[in-house]
Amino acid sequence: MSYYLHTETDRTEMLAAIGAKSIEDLFADVPARVRFPKLDVPDPLSELETMRELLDLSESNAEAQHSPMFLGAGAYYHFSPSLVHQLILRGEFLTAYTPYQPEISQGTLQAVYEYQSMICALTGMEAANASHYDGATSMAEAVIMAYSHGREKRKKIVLSPAIHPQYREVVRTYTQGMGLSLVGDEDPENDLPDLVKRLDQDTALLIVQSPNFFGQIENLEGVAEQAHAVGALLCVAADPISLGLLKPPGLFGADIVVGEGQSLGIPLSYGGPYLGLFATRKEYVRKMAGRLVGEAHDKNGQRGFVLTLATREQHIKREKATSNICTNQGLMAMAATLYLSTLGKHGLRKVAELCWHKSHYAAQRIAELPGYEVDTSKPFFKEFVVRCPVSVAEINAHLFNEWDIIGGYDLSNDYANLPNHMLLCVTEMNTREEIEALVEALGEITTG
Amino acid sequence: MTEPLIYDLGRPGRTGVSLPDPDVPETAFPADLVRGELDLPEVDQLTVVRHFTRLSKLNYSIDQNMYPLGSCTMKYNPRINEDVARLPGFAASHPLQDPDTVQGNLALMYQLQEWLKEIGGFAAVSLQPAAGAHGELTGVLMMRAYHLARGDAKRDKILIPNSAHGTNPATTSMAGLKVIELPSDDRGNVDLTALRAACDDTVVGLMITNPNTLGLFEEHIEQVVEAIHGCGGLVYGDGANMNAMVGVARPGDLGVDVMHYNLHKTFSTPHGGGGPGSGPVGVSQRLADFLPAPVVGMVEEGEDDEPPRYGFIVPKDSIGRVKAFNGNFGMHVRAYTYIRVHGASGLRGNSENAVLNANYLLSKIRRHYHVPYDRVCKHEFVMEGVWPDAPGVHALDISKRLMDYGFHPPTNYFPLIVHEALMIEPTETETRETLDTFADVLLKIAEEAHTEPDLLTGAPHITPVARLDEVSAAKQLVLCCRPIPAWAEA
Repeated sequence: MSYYLHTETDRTEMLAAIGAKSIEDLFADVPARVRFPKLDVPDPLSELETMRELLDLSESNAEAQHSPMFLGAGAYYHFSPSLVHQLILRGEFLTAYTPYQPEISQGTLQAVYEYQSMICALTGMEAANASHYDGATSMAEAVIMAYSHGREKRKKIVLSPAIHPQYREVVRTYTQGMGLSLVGDEDPENDLPDLVKRLDQDTALLIVQSPNFFGQIENLEGVAEQAHAVGALLCVAADPISLGLLKPPGLFGADIVVGEGQSLGIPLSYGGPYLGLFATRKEYVRKMAGRLVGEAHDKNGQRGFVLTLATREQHIKREKATSNICTNQGLMAMAATLYLSTLGKHGLRKVAELCWHKSHYAAQRIAELPGYEVDTSKPFFKEFVVRCPVSVAEINAHLFNEWDIIGGYDLSNDYANLPNHMLLCVTEMNTREEIEALVEALGEITTG
Repeated sequence: MTEPLIYDLGRPGRTGVSLPDPDVPETAFPADLVRGELDLPEVDQLTVVRHFTRLSKLNYSIDQNMYPLGSCTMKYNPRINEDVARLPGFAASHPLQDPDTVQGNLALMYQLQEWLKEIGGFAAVSLQPAAGAHGELTGVLMMRAYHLARGDAKRDKILIPNSAHGTNPATTSMAGLKVIELPSDDRGNVDLTALRAACDDTVVGLMITNPNTLGLFEEHIEQVVEAIHGCGGLVYGDGANMNAMVGVARPGDLGVDVMHYNLHKTFSTPHGGGGPGSGPVGVSQRLADFLPAPVVGMVEEGEDDEPPRYGFIVPKDSIGRVKAFNGNFGMHVRAYTYIRVHGASGLRGNSENAVLNANYLLSKIRRHYHVPYDRVCKHEFVMEGVWPDAPGVHALDISKRLMDYGFHPPTNYFPLIVHEALMIEPTETETRETLDTFADVLLKIAEEAHTEPDLLTGAPHITPVARLDEVSAAKQLVLCCRPIPAWAEA
């Protein structure tokens, strides 16, 4: 089947109007040696058959709706009210382009404005953009913004080893042509005071994640002041669900807040599309990348919204733009707007509290098991580190094969100093029964 | 009628969701960690639904009518795509699960990589980039890394035609390289003489869009590629205009070394009011080892009853990861579905019809609008929105007047090399009747421009808001409707 719509008569008459004899005439300027290759792509399938094939593929996966999920590490299984996915399916949102024509895009524009306002409120910042690709690329854009703010003279970026390893890798990939020096995460034991000691007149940015990759809440008191004292900026990566309960980075003087917004009503979807959160202070807004929506008025004085400060962006500034970003994660920002509107002040707090109580309960129960030790050196939110009696691979195989449980993240993948260490995540989706089952399953493996 | 902000629709104490109470013993929160104010809306669920439903009605969309935005490929976004992407096996699987528990996802990604390789004529594909510009950055970083790996460190320039999208020069700067802009010739091709003069041993490569942003096939593409390869450079193909080329010509066969695909253009995934997109990159053999890590590979061949086993593979000289996790996987599912539904014949048919539609529309309007590079176009064409005998009217006025007739405007003021440009891309999914109606409206507007220009300069007349004052908006920035918290003012 195909979405062909022209009949043979249409085609013939349209070609006649053009003055061409055949469709092939329209491609005469394509070199003959490469023209019309035979593609090794299968024959078309009907919609019905395609649906069956995709259903088969999808059903060969394990997933969180049928297996208890204790895996987080930057992507989280949270509840999303039904209206979120139903409203983003409205064709008016789904099939619209970037709102460059404000007169017929007020729906998208106002929603983005509301999104920006909610992200500001959540993070304690003054200006948020309309999104980046994900939390990792938001962090890379924060580095570029700080480098640009330091007039490309400050070449050092200090980053914590407790930032998501994939985020640190993306920052390095993005900046490989800029001649920056990225330091601080070479020693996995480096803690905030060690990082602060690395700040100097050459430093453009200090980056900290809180809750960090291990779920631990960092003590940010006084950190911004120490960064500012040498003229550097502070970027904090935060989990938006945690901000339903915890003090926001803006309160600690952060200059940039980034984060992964997937938790805000967006499905796990095997890693994307997600939502890169990015917020800053108003004084830096002209250095910020990405689209921004601002309030405007028409000739009748009626309020509306427009894309604003476009002169920062690639389509105007070309090689002088600080970022090349164009397409962003618009519909995911719409999902987050719907999620935050629906949960609101009370709902988000309650989700955060549920994550807190359930993760602490699970941690406490696991700590009682012989052979297991829970890291309680810092307070944690939603995720915590467990030292296990055997390798995490062995434990996860047992959990999945015997209990149909998707276990935690194997920290030895990224941290050589953490063999047998597992990062477990417990959210509002995990029932007490699931937690008890996890504890019982872990209790079956107590020695190596 | 102005729609109130969501914040203004609530009352203290309301919420739109019911959540369970804790089923475990509670743990106290350390008081010093807990925030005070959380300034989010307090709205009931029906009010949320109504607010966003009303907002949606202020939007124009493909589902409403033709969306002839040049270079954006606003084709029909098939509804089956949305259903399959939401199947729980796809939507509720976690990116860090053991690969053996997500073989369906990996099989789909592997197959999509294979199809994109075949469609583009490339040796390898990565699905990781999240958008076209992201794919560009990936590609240019690979080109840079390729030269450096060969010890060729003096190359620091990228050649870019002056008809290019702004993302091309912006990408080049992000990669720490210099932009050399190339002029276009009088047939809308890149100027071959200028190109050859710029080719030397400091050139990393060329970024070229083909068909270019005038909708024209580069008539000297083979000489262009030869000149770049001749000086040791690499050719980057901007795949934004691939909708004219699927099944027509494979960029890899033309000598392109690296190209991004826009799954949200050519492969029908929705634009979502600005995103998400997906920008996989395809590369020739010599760049395959530089792809971002990881790519999906077959780690064990299948046998009669056993399917193959798939896993992640890190290319030898990878530039690194460009995004956390596995790319915009939900878009991969949609693009896979699109390719499966159309098959080889349908894919070629779609490109043929996209080109047929553009040329048909061009044939209907060319006597009424000036077409500066008037030859057989590909999937789009560029005309001027200005007449010598209607001096008060500009391309923007034509765009705004189209709204009054129920159409979305074309891309305006791009490419920069055409004065008062209007760039029109009808796509293959518009019927002949729709094209006829759109052409009639353009002709009517051309007439109005001469007889009643005020209708254009005052347009739009029937939209929810009139033209907005963008200059004041940028001066008196209002980006957030909430009061600045007291701590931030200190």
